[in-house]
Amino acid sequence: MSRPVRFLVCLVVAAIFALPLVAMLVVSFTPREMLFEDGASLWSSDWTTANYTGLFDRFPVGRWFRNALLVAVITTVLSVCVNLLAGFALAKLRFRGRSLVLGVVLATLVVPGQAIMIPQFELVAGLDLIGLFWAVILPSAATALGVFLARQFFVSFPDELLEAARVDGCSTAGAFFRVVLRNARPLIAVMVLIAFMTQWNDFLWPLITLRDPDLYTLPIALRFLQNQYDADYGGVMAGALLSCVPLLVLFVLLQRQFVAGLTRSGIK
Amino acid sequence: MSTVEARPRQRHGQRQGPRRDPRQHRGSSVTAWVMLAPNLLLLGLFLLVPLVWAFVLSFQAKRSFGGGTWAGLDNYTRLLRDDVFWRALLNTAVFTAITVPVTVVAGLALALLLDKALPGRGVFRTIVYLPIVVSTLVTSLIGLLLFDESIGIVNGVLADLGLGAVSWQSEGSLAMVSVIVMVLWTRIGFAMVVYIAALQDLDQEVLEAASVDGAGKWARVRLIVVPSLRPTTMFLLVVNMVWSFQIFDIVYVMTNGGPGYSTTMLVTYAYDEGFGPARNFGYGSTVGVVLFVLTLLITALQVRSSRKQDG
Repeated sequence: MSRPVRFLVCLVVAAIFALPLVAMLVVSFTPREMLFEDGASLWSSDWTTANYTGLFDRFPVGRWFRNALLVAVITTVLSVCVNLLAGFALAKLRFRGRSLVLGVVLATLVVPGQAIMIPQFELVAGLDLIGLFWAVILPSAATALGVFLARQFFVSFPDELLEAARVDGCSTAGAFFRVVLRNARPLIAVMVLIAFMTQWNDFLWPLITLRDPDLYTLPIALRFLQNQYDADYGGVMAGALLSCVPLLVLFVLLQRQFVAGLTRSGIK
Repeated sequence: MSTVEARPRQRHGQRQGPRRDPRQHRGSSVTAWVMLAPNLLLLGLFLLVPLVWAFVLSFQAKRSFGGGTWAGLDNYTRLLRDDVFWRALLNTAVFTAITVPVTVVAGLALALLLDKALPGRGVFRTIVYLPIVVSTLVTSLIGLLLFDESIGIVNGVLADLGLGAVSWQSEGSLAMVSVIVMVLWTRIGFAMVVYIAALQDLDQEVLEAASVDGAGKWARVRLIVVPSLRPTTMFLLVVNMVWSFQIFDIVYVMTNGGPGYSTTMLVTYAYDEGFGPARNFGYGSTVGVVLFVLTLLITALQVRSSRKQDG
């Protein structure tokens, strides 16, 4: 393929891939009457912000954003802590049963959450967590993927650095906090991105456990909006667009890290 | 995994000398368990316990909370005779059989297309993998907007071209197409990025040697590039298969399994049984067990084939 042809093909592909996002953007600013008269379109002859103002007037949008942020941040902090510690122990410390623990943790990679959602729900209800954010946070904190990523990183972490810290009188834990964490920034960045994005976008589990509209995180709030607005796509698209803005901005700013992290993890 | 064994043993290395292994440290085993405890506690409680419990529930007659009664193999015999379950399994298989190869092939094609210098290459790449960060819920809602039969964008464009409206929502196979299109939109970018990363590790000398030997561009792709990308392809096939088997969000929002049962998938069926009006925890768990076993099988196949490859 010659270069101009290749460029043309790329233009077409990019147009196709951009189309859904453009549609969301345009429809969210299209007046309601136009939508119902002419149908949704990729261009509008008239623009309005009524869909956005209507959304904020009718629904606790700010609250949903606070919920989403709170849940995602707490999950991320907890998740990075427990997975990082476990990954380090499995990579660098010697103890009996290490390979067994590693095997069990990695084996949980193949358990789909959807396959065990009913017993998980019973468990969370049994622990009296329904109606609390902990019902969403706790089950998604420890992940085999997080442990796996951390362990992979620490396996190639130089022993000399740890040894040096110990010669200086650090305990294992001391060495971990003083030396290891400081050198594990790229790993932590990747783990933060994955944990935050996964929780921000998660739908099925919050759908099962958060039944009160005041507790909704963004994806279930969008589902709720879909039912409220029905075919009035303007309001729905306004909500949908707002819900993606934080991740889209982060993505464009931190593209390199995102790509490196996602490629390594095989998770979306 | 095999790299650990492949590493040459250090018979005379410093590890074997009189010096202690730096990793062996007094009290290190206690520290290790303390570091592992939070993770193991959470994983055990929220993953392993429910996994075992799923199998237990699959042998019980149990609706919602409250006591279940042992039902032997009742759930499994019902499964065998349940037309909706077989339909869901078939739908999931068809959905997987289409989405997985298309994702992988399109991902590779785009990676090859965007591998070499081109004006605006970075922008093109960004546009293709931007959908990665868009949540499945937003994807589904955009899907509804595009494929809405009466005021949707796709039918609008078709009308502008002088074509008739297509019944994306009321005809089963077309509803399936609309779901597949949206799923492909979210996944192709990921496959492309993974392939681009793998292409950068490719041995350029072999490629140059091949072109000196007169191999055409297509021959180089077919005979050198594709075979040496095999591990990447394998990885993408497996993760995409697992994702496809677990499809829920987009189907639930766009079609809710309909019209009829034409887009019902394993997970949407398990959800309907467990959390729909029936609230049949026993039977819903049984469908979950099937999903788990199938995921296990896919992974086992992958592990076997990668072992074979290692020789």
